[in-house]
Amino acid sequence: MIRKLLAAFAVLCAGAIVSAHAADKIDPAADLKAFQAYFKQQFPAVPLDDFVNGPYAVNKGMRAQWESIMQFPPYDFALDAGKTLFNTPFKNGKTYASCFPHKGVGIRQDYPQFDAKTGEVVTLELAINRCRAANGEASLNYETGPMDSIVAYMAETSRGKRFDIKVPKDPRALAAYQNGKQYFYSRRGQLNFSCASCHVTAAGKRMRGDILAPALGILASFPIYRSDWGSMGTVPRRFTSCNSQVRAVALKPDDKAYRDLEYFLTYMGNGLPVAGPGTRP
Amino acid sequence: MSEQMAAPRPVNAERRLILKSLTVVGITSFGLTGGSAWSAFADDAPTWPHDAFKQKSLDAALKALYGKGFEPSDKVALDVPEIAENGAVVPVAVTASLPGVTSVAILIPANPFTLAAYYKVPAGTDASVSCRLKMAKTSTVIAVAEAGGKLYGASKDVKVTLGGCGG
Amino acid sequence: MANTIRVRAVANGDSIEVQSLIQHPMDSGFVKDKKGNLIPPHYIEVVTFEHAGKVVFSAFWGPAVSKDPYLKFTFKGGKKGDPLKISWIDNEGQKDSLDGKIL
Repeated sequence: MIRKLLAAFAVLCAGAIVSAHAADKIDPAADLKAFQAYFKQQFPAVPLDDFVNGPYAVNKGMRAQWESIMQFPPYDFALDAGKTLFNTPFKNGKTYASCFPHKGVGIRQDYPQFDAKTGEVVTLELAINRCRAANGEASLNYETGPMDSIVAYMAETSRGKRFDIKVPKDPRALAAYQNGKQYFYSRRGQLNFSCASCHVTAAGKRMRGDILAPALGILASFPIYRSDWGSMGTVPRRFTSCNSQVRAVALKPDDKAYRDLEYFLTYMGNGLPVAGPGTRP
Repeated sequence: MSEQMAAPRPVNAERRLILKSLTVVGITSFGLTGGSAWSAFADDAPTWPHDAFKQKSLDAALKALYGKGFEPSDKVALDVPEIAENGAVVPVAVTASLPGVTSVAILIPANPFTLAAYYKVPAGTDASVSCRLKMAKTSTVIAVAEAGGKLYGASKDVKVTLGGCGG
Repeated sequence: MANTIRVRAVANGDSIEVQSLIQHPMDSGFVKDKKGNLIPPHYIEVVTFEHAGKVVFSAFWGPAVSKDPYLKFTFKGGKKGDPLKISWIDNEGQKDSLDGKIL
């Protein structure tokens, strides 16, 4: 077991070293292939699509509890609230539909996306707040509240559609992708863990009572109703809480670092289905 | 996820006495008009087993609720996880394959108050219920079903641990 | 106030499987808020399900029932299209009810 872990770790380290030296050869497609291959090899019994279910894909006892809860998911209320919020016009009479392609329905699988005009990664949450700003409305909190309900509704309209994140051959997009990748593999906080420490090296294993979800498809079920929160939360909410939990200083929820991280991580799950909103422990 | 233990807020006995008498009036009038069996005025709906929900041990809770203990029976099926994914939301399902079940109760001795839930099963309703309960820590979970004046039960251990994710 | 009760009642012959989800904090009284003060107990005490003028199920809950409480049970004697009424009252005297329908 230890040897297997060390071997896997060595492969990852080698990958990181190689990419540091060949910074001009940022190759998201190659990374994606290696990333997905690693998890398929680690969890041969898990069908590729099932990775979107995180811990439930790799632990039977947890899966049974999840299936029980999913008979009537607790995010039902947020979903209804989100649909109403999404369809309620702004003070100027326009709605969110005017800001998005396909009127904002069935587009979740395309986010985060690189915005060539502003040269930054736009997550769905940022796109929603940009829409509000463009229509004279105040921004919504990124982590919780109406934002997670709206994102829940938009995710639901895309349920089952395959993630299709694009990293164009624009040096700014490649830099953002690489930034996110480096964040993912960098250690931080008093506990000195990287995202990879838990979600790659220790994926499927227990950390005290929790089963660690594999990083592949880990964002696909967002936003989530987390029993621990007793409420819904977005990807930024989970990023800030993960940072706090390794005792690192959490960034602002709309920080570029988080958006780049979400860009990288969601891209790694390309081809997997949108499974949000979801529930987690 | 562990929760702090503390005494519940104190009850104003006099206020409850006044409300209780209003309740009686309320029930009577509702009864005559064929409305719901409980009043709008009381702090606690009058049919709520107040004493039973205040007990802190299995014996005391069973005594308050049923006035008797239970005999183990394989006709009471209790479905609970071995390790709870989160102590705040533990799915629990009970099915009693006994004739004439009139009620089902679920008790969690390691919780601050032992009685978690109590269900009245009228004739024509299956003796089966699924719900989601909070567990303060690792505990036995006991399900009992009352049938023909006797109490039958089953118990299973559920582990509740601290999440590794700190939070 | 938007209705707090969601119900899915499905007929299988004359056997009706009822699932309900109720939006309620179900505060136990044991949890502290961010300032360190105990959040007072606030939980549903009684839930009743009525069909054809008869109570077909009643739940008596304490603070150990999870937030946004779920319930599933089955009763006989109903049919598709029948009304099903769900009502709850909590320890603060707050209540809500829903006139649902069997699908």
